This record gives sequence, C-alpha cells and structure tokens, in this order.
Amino acid sequence: MNTNGVPALRLANVTCRFADRDGGGEAYTAVADTTLTVEAGEFVSVVGPTGCGKSTLLNVAAGLLDPSAGSVEVFGQPLQAAEGVNRRAGYMFQADALMPWRTGIDNVVAGLEFRGVPRAEARVQGEEWLRRVGLAGFGDRYPHQMSGGMRKRLALAQTLILSPDILLMDEPFSALDVQTRQLMENELLDLWAQDRKSVLFITHDLEEAIALSDRVVVLSAGPATRPIGNFKVDLPRPRDVQEIRMTPAFLALHREIWSAMKEEVLKAYQRQKVG
Amino acid sequence: MRLRILQLAVLALLIAFWYAMTAPGLIPPFYFEQDNRAAFFFGEPQKVFWVVVDWFATGEIFPHLGITLLETALGFLIGASFGLGIGLWLALSPTASAITDPYIKGFNSMPRVVLAPIFAVWFGLGIWSKVALGVTLVFFVVFFNVYQGVREVSPNLIANARMLGASQRQLLRSIYLPSAMSWVFASLHNAVGLAFVGAVVGEYLGSSMGVGYLILQAEGTFDINTVFAGILVLTACALVLDSLVGVVERRLMTWQPKAGQTEKV
Repeated sequence: MNTNGVPALRLANVTCRFADRDGGGEAYTAVADTTLTVEAGEFVSVVGPTGCGKSTLLNVAAGLLDPSAGSVEVFGQPLQAAEGVNRRAGYMFQADALMPWRTGIDNVVAGLEFRGVPRAEARVQGEEWLRRVGLAGFGDRYPHQMSGGMRKRLALAQTLILSPDILLMDEPFSALDVQTRQLMENELLDLWAQDRKSVLFITHDLEEAIALSDRVVVLSAGPATRPIGNFKVDLPRPRDVQEIRMTPAFLALHREIWSAMKEEVLKAYQRQKVG
Repeated sequence: MRLRILQLAVLALLIAFWYAMTAPGLIPPFYFEQDNRAAFFFGEPQKVFWVVVDWFATGEIFPHLGITLLETALGFLIGASFGLGIGLWLALSPTASAITDPYIKGFNSMPRVVLAPIFAVWFGLGIWSKVALGVTLVFFVVFFNVYQGVREVSPNLIANARMLGASQRQLLRSIYLPSAMSWVFASLHNAVGLAFVGAVVGEYLGSSMGVGYLILQAEGTFDINTVFAGILVLTACALVLDSLVGVVERRLMTWQPKAGQTEKV
C-alpha cells in the first residue's frame, strides 16, 4: 500500500508542555521529543500506562493542538493547528461526542452536511453507513435512546462516512463491556480491510493493540512521555480478535511487549499512589 | 383519580371557609365590629364568581385580557431574542464578556421593577412601557442560561464537529445554538412567568387597558370582589400559559432523555 513512500502521518520530535494550572508553577511536560510515523495503509497502535499523554499525541496529530516543539507532517505537508485541523484525518474520541439533539442518521451525515453535500445524497450515504455498522433502522433514534455499543457504532459511521485517509482513534472501545468490545474490534478490522486507511489507534490494552495492529509503539510513563519500544506484529490477516489471542505467536508477542511495558506501568502506578 | 378528588376537596374546603368567614350574619362578628366588614375587606366567593361570569358573558374582559397577553407575548419574545443573541455573543467573545461583566452583574442585581415609572415616561401608558418592563425581566433569565449553556458545551463535541469539517459558522449553528436552546427551554417557564409579571406590574403603575388596569380601577372604588376576580383570572391565565410552554417544550425537546428514561437498547 505504501505507494509513493511518503508516510501518511509523521510526528517529528514533538514536545508538548502545558502551563501549570495554578499559573505560577513550572510547566508540565506531557510529551517529550516523540517521533512517530504511520505509513499509508498501516495500522499502528500506541500503548502506554494511564495518564501518559497518549491523547495529547493524538490531538497533535489531529491538528487540534499545536506542539510546543517539533512538527507534524500529513502526507508530506506540514500541519499547523492555527491554520485549522487535519482535513485528511477522522477522529474517534474516547468520550461520547455525538450531538445529542440530532437523530442517528443526522449525526452520521453531519460531516457531509458541513461539506455542503446535498441533503438527499447525504441521506443515501448515511443509510448505507448505518447498514454497514449494523444500525440499519435505528436512524431515527436519538443518541440517548441507544446503548453504549450502538453509540460507538454511530460514531464510527460518522467518522468513516467522510472516508478520511487517516483514522485517529482514542481508546474508542474502552467504555464497552468485553463481549461488545471484541465484536466492535472485529467490525473495525472488517471495515478497515475494505480500503486500508492509515490508522493511529491509542489504547491502554495491550491485547487489543496486538490483535488489531501491524505495529505497536510502547510509550513510557508520564510526565515527559516518549516511545520506548516499537514492535512489528506479523500475525496473518484477516484476523479474528477472539481467536488470535489464543495463538502461540500472539502470546509470544504479548510476553515480549509486556516485558518492555511492565516497568513503565509500575512507575505510573507508583506515581498515582503517591500523588 | 383519588388524588384529583382530594385536590378538589381542598378547594371546596377553602371556599367554604372563605364563605363562612365573610357572609354577613352567618356567624357573629368576632374581630370587626360590624357584620358586613369582613365581606368589605375580604370579598365574598359567590360574588367574585359572578363578577368573573359577568366578565366573560358580556365579553368585557376580552379586550383587557388580550392586551395583557399581548404585552406578555411581546415582552417574552423580544426579551428572549435579545437574551439569546447577546448571550451567544458574550459567551463566544471572552474580551467582550470581560468588559461588560460588571455592568451585566449590576443590571441583574438591580430591582428592575423600579424601572417601570421611567418606562412609563419613555414609552407612554400604552402597551410598550409594559413590554419594556417584561423585556428587562425576561432578558436576564434567558441571557444567563444561554451564557451558561454555551460555556458548558462539551469540548469533545466541539472538537468532533471541527474534525468533521465544521466552519466557525457551522459550529455556531450546529453546536452552540442547539446547546444554548436546551438551556433556554429549561428557563422558559420562568421567563414566561416573568413576562406576565412585567405586564401586570406595568399595568398597575399606569395604564388604560389590561387586567392589571381592571384591578387597579376596582381597588380605587374599594370593590374587593372585582379585585379578587381579576386575581383569579390572572392566575388561570398563568396556569394556561405554563401548560402551553410545557407542550412546546415537549414538542421541541424530544431529543432529551426524560427522567427515568435513560437508555433503550
């Protein structure tokens, strides 16, 4: 898929510092000197302990946040938050970000509407996407009338309908129960296999990361998070996330990555206990 | 059903008590020296009832009621539009908000009913002085709700809309406005009530039409029965207005989860 050799997304030496909330104190460094590349068509997962600045990285990649230092390139073009968001990326948030006053179908077609697609045409596409994420016939329901899993599917359809070249996902399934979550992971892989977007997937769940990705990047504990490991996942596709977890290759990878991660997770845990 | 019967029983009891205490000659006077004094000060329920019936039968009340309701409607609409517009503007413009903050606070803490005489001078004794009073009352309720509503839009929702390609104008239309509207509707009962208060208080202070004017006239001739009749009509109107607001609210806010109805799978 790497047709022209230019990475879909490249974060180069990105550092993010935030002013202390009380104003006076020293700045908090969330991310330090991080370089991260996602090739075209590649599925990359970023794992790390809780509170290590994973979401910050994603916001930088989305163009919602300007890094304090470093640069972001999207298909070779520099990205600056001041000039607007990353137009080639779709972003699926961790928390609910659906518009509660719009029905399912109206939420799905929101992006097309913003782009000025005629309403009738948008609705046809919207219905098609509702069907693809298994929500056919639920288009007239409001988000509060749906379950957590259905809302996630809706958010997925809302993002994918614009056919973004890069898909940014911030622990999208972390709020779901295990069964729903594995179903959603399989569905995501199916949808992804159809046109192989570049994906940057953030999670704290190592199993999820390995099961889904081509590559897993491990981050250190915060503050001043940076990548400390980069593991290629060469498990065969198509995969079934439930079954692949039982294979020896998966378990070996899991052991290898976990040994790199363990120390950082413990560090983060200690810091939380003290703090 | 049982509840309804008990509610009506309370009403019947109150009226019976009122009648018993005020009907001349029914019980010996124990506070006033004369038998008909109680009726003079507190009115008599059956006479109040006949005044109301007479008003509606002759149609005398309708022009007055129409004026009062017109003042209420105009006060509400103008006040709510200003509240919505200025609330949105200040919430989205931190500089303007910081500059106007002390003035907004000042105007809000001022007992704005004192403006009524000034409005009477500015706008005359017609409907506009009452509308102006209603506007000042309604404006702040709606304004603060819109301001709060826009401020409390989830940052996630804004980020999501931006990622979906929304321009500033589209953000305003698709995110800020609907979010603010839900707060406006939350304050609607309050706002309509205040518009009504503005209209009636304005009429008390000087007018030539309206239910408040009828009450003022009756008070001038110590016709307590008519005063009570006016109060009854106003109360009934307020109840009707409130239930109308309820209907509008239910119609427009279907997207909001009702209490006890959270998620349906």
